[in-house]
Amino acid sequence: MFDILKNFGVFYLIGQYPHGPLGGLALTLILAALALLFALPVGLLLAMCRISPFPMLRLPVTGLIYVIRGTPLLMVIFWAYFLLPTLTGHKTDQFSTMLAALVIFDGAYLSEIIRAGIEGLPRGQMESARSLGFSYLQSMVLVVLPQALRNMLPSLVNQFISSVKETSLGYIISLSEVSFVAGQISTQLMTKPAEIYLLLGLTYFVMCFGLSRFAFWLERQLAVRSVKV
Amino acid sequence: MIKLESVNKWYGDYHALADISESVGKGEVVVVCGPSGSGKSTMIRTLNRLEPIQSGCIQIDGQDIYAKEVNVDGLRSRIGFVFQQFNLFPHLTVLQNCTLAPMRLLKKSRAEARDTALALLDRVGLAHKAEAYPAQLSGGQQQRVAIARALAMNPPVMLFDEPTSALDPEMVGEVLQAMKGLAKDGMTMVCVTHEMGFAREVADRVIFMDQGKVLERAKPESFFRQPEHPRAQRFLSDIRSPWAAAV
Repeated sequence: MFDILKNFGVFYLIGQYPHGPLGGLALTLILAALALLFALPVGLLLAMCRISPFPMLRLPVTGLIYVIRGTPLLMVIFWAYFLLPTLTGHKTDQFSTMLAALVIFDGAYLSEIIRAGIEGLPRGQMESARSLGFSYLQSMVLVVLPQALRNMLPSLVNQFISSVKETSLGYIISLSEVSFVAGQISTQLMTKPAEIYLLLGLTYFVMCFGLSRFAFWLERQLAVRSVKV
Repeated sequence: MIKLESVNKWYGDYHALADISESVGKGEVVVVCGPSGSGKSTMIRTLNRLEPIQSGCIQIDGQDIYAKEVNVDGLRSRIGFVFQQFNLFPHLTVLQNCTLAPMRLLKKSRAEARDTALALLDRVGLAHKAEAYPAQLSGGQQQRVAIARALAMNPPVMLFDEPTSALDPEMVGEVLQAMKGLAKDGMTMVCVTHEMGFAREVADRVIFMDQGKVLERAKPESFFRQPEHPRAQRFLSDIRSPWAAAV
């Protein structure tokens, strides 16, 4: 195991960088962070459309969410891989392809979590904000979302953890993220798959466990400030 | 000040408000009572467009509030509304609850909004709770904060939708006290409530509703002494001695 780390540790962490493209764990972390960063606002926007009183917004978004939820992520990645170049007119690299697929896929899932969080609040919150004279949007931003986001934190984190693990599917389009790199190392060594994949498993576990603990800490911080009525 | 003309509202086939025509003058305190399902809450909610109406006209200060060109947010900011369930914002402190709307909508400075809010909280006896969160307050205290929050927008009209119905009995008094203070200061008020003591003391007029209709309007003394409509007579005797019917 230590031999592997000694010989391939740097490759595992950053891929061929600086002699080639960045890869390995670093790429996984960047991909996961960007996916979370973009998927949240996308999810928020989709959720707003999903509960909108205007059918023009609601129906297409509802359709989109059903399609995405009814499709494996692998399919979405393939679509992105083959469709994006056609749509944009030039070749998209694997990283952007994977990022686009993750953002759309997780955005759809997040939007359903956010919708449930919003609809789970007492109707009186929106009503009392509106009766003070706030517009629908102001009421959402100032009153409803701060409460809803807090209530749905556990589900959000769940989804975020899934996203981190989903980055491993970049393997399928030869994105040199950490799983792909692990596979390459394993092929080169031929005789150590158990050790290598154990290391890979541990790597994902540490990332996800860290995220869980952070969420737990955040939940407690928020709980100190106010108790749910 | 407030004028309803032949207002009708249906929920599907159910006729929730049947041809209501009423008017409330400036500085007048009107108490609306009636059995549950009588349409009294629906009626008061139509006054700030929380509920749409199907026909008729509601005017506030001479303005048809259901007209297309009306800015509904601006309209609501000039009408204070107090809910049965308080509906304070649990993620904000008491003070923030009272300064949010004035700062955002009236563009008051933080200091100015804070001063107004503290004065209003003092008026309802809760200035010392300014930094508390709603969940740390009793029901009666929360409702008094809700009144202060509505007053912070300095509305010429206040609407109360069963403000004491969700309270434990010993907390009803403190909320009514705050409302009485308002009434005596000349606020125009419409209150849906069964608190007869309150109605007797401060109401100029009592409106009795059942099944979406106004059955009786009267001065509080005469209404509570001898209501004319048989339904009102039965209602009053039921709330005075709840066990009588069962015996």
